[in-house]
Amino acid sequence: MTRDLVKLAGLGMAALLAAPALAAPVAPPVPNPGNNAWMMTSTLLVLMMILPGLMLFYGGLTRSKNMLSTMTQIGATASLAMLIWVMWGYSLAFGDTTYEGTLGLFVSGGSYFLAGSDASSTAATFTDEVISKYVFISFQMTFAAITASLILGATAERMKFSAVMMFVPIWLTIVYFPIAHMVWAGGGLLFEDGALDFAGGTVVHINAGVSGLVLAFLLGKRRGWPNEPMPPHSLTLTMVGTGLLWVGWFGFNAGSALEADGSAGLAMINTFVATAAGALAWMVVERAAGHKGSALGFCSGVIAGLVAVTPAAGNSGPFGAILLGIISSVICYFFVAKVKAKFGYDDSLDAFGIHGVGGIVGAIGTGVVYQPFLGGPGDGSVALAEQLWVQIFSVLVTIGWATAGTLIAGFAVKATIGLRVHEEDEVNGLDISEHGERAYN
Amino acid sequence: MKFIIAVIKPFKLDEVREALGAIGVAGMTVTEVKGFGRQKGQTEIYRGAEYSTNMLPKVKLEIAASDEVAEQVVETIQQTANTGSIGDGKIFVFDLASATRIRTGESGETAL
Repeated sequence: MTRDLVKLAGLGMAALLAAPALAAPVAPPVPNPGNNAWMMTSTLLVLMMILPGLMLFYGGLTRSKNMLSTMTQIGATASLAMLIWVMWGYSLAFGDTTYEGTLGLFVSGGSYFLAGSDASSTAATFTDEVISKYVFISFQMTFAAITASLILGATAERMKFSAVMMFVPIWLTIVYFPIAHMVWAGGGLLFEDGALDFAGGTVVHINAGVSGLVLAFLLGKRRGWPNEPMPPHSLTLTMVGTGLLWVGWFGFNAGSALEADGSAGLAMINTFVATAAGALAWMVVERAAGHKGSALGFCSGVIAGLVAVTPAAGNSGPFGAILLGIISSVICYFFVAKVKAKFGYDDSLDAFGIHGVGGIVGAIGTGVVYQPFLGGPGDGSVALAEQLWVQIFSVLVTIGWATAGTLIAGFAVKATIGLRVHEEDEVNGLDISEHGERAYN
Repeated sequence: MKFIIAVIKPFKLDEVREALGAIGVAGMTVTEVKGFGRQKGQTEIYRGAEYSTNMLPKVKLEIAASDEVAEQVVETIQQTANTGSIGDGKIFVFDLASATRIRTGESGETAL
């Protein structure tokens, strides 16, 4: 009886609310369920890239005594990034309040703690369509989470868990959110400049790679590196992680179209072929260098191809993407196999060597493959040289910003709680010393 | 009685086992071991970082045999495990003081 009354009251309310809506001259745009469903799927695919994709990819490359530490740092970093994203991250990158003048080039504001958003709120796509705002916020949330996690590849096997937990919030706030705003938000410095970055070549990969390299310098080398052998403890798990990353990357790239449309389809096919080309190219380079084509070479080539096609995903034709995948693998191989040894920086799992370098190749290369003569979707209205300079400028800004911000965040942690584990803890392995567990018993 | 220890290439194990079975050897102990000799080690490469391991995997056979059979065992292993290249392994022969079958308590050659 009581329940019926409530139901009746509810119906009355709905009728009251419906009346003015019918009278309104223009109905607010409603999300197309197909687009919404695809974006929800994409969001989960990106989550799968982190957990367990990146965890296994990185974890397998470490020594067995640091397996849990590597995976736990990634899981905790991603979780922390998600919470910060809904508190102030979304505001700084895509908030409803846009600032006039210089400040607006770097950050936005408002929407703190997602104020003003509810289930009926929508976010614009690249066409007249809209998607649900909560879906957009979730999708972008996973990008912040994976970028912070990628850095940990450069610092693996020696950074304190507490230092990671202190570094990540500072870094996200002063590095990631401003760069995401600059590249992807209307009014952002590089967005207005015309930089092409479909799914995050600058924001995610160059950003994470360069930040990782800087943090690796602040941390110092692992004890015994490079004289003591530190072979990957399980390339099987790295291979599993590689597979999860590749599949998940379709959410990352094709999802960045923000709709289930032709642009997403283009990003999808490019994410297939650039990656396939990168994988094989790396193995060919190994043979050319006089070695055997290796499993780790295959995995590395997959990631090099994926990273390079990220900014180009919807900005290239399939054959331009293949070219990018090949070039990225060749250059990344040169960096991880030759340059790293020559300069002696300990980028443990090659976060810079593959994400940073591949990201730079992709971001600059996107300016070329975008052109119609290579089958790109560009209409040729922006000359190649002009577009290339815009791309290079976006790379330089990202490198400069990431370097400066990481130095600030890194020194802040170093000066307070310290970045590095005690030497004895490092020798015993971070699993047992930082987490009190062992991966394999 | 003799106690024979042979270190051979792992892929030759099945062939050697069959050949020894054919001449009437009733049992042996097999262990996977690592070591080095003239063959030295092998090189592993991960993203350009080369690690040379100076130990190679081998298989160690332990066989107890009567004096008459021992010589034939050595000969069989030598011929079967031979590939003609370095790293084929070695065979060592010791005098065996005693042997006891745990189940029955028999000792000497009847225990083999």
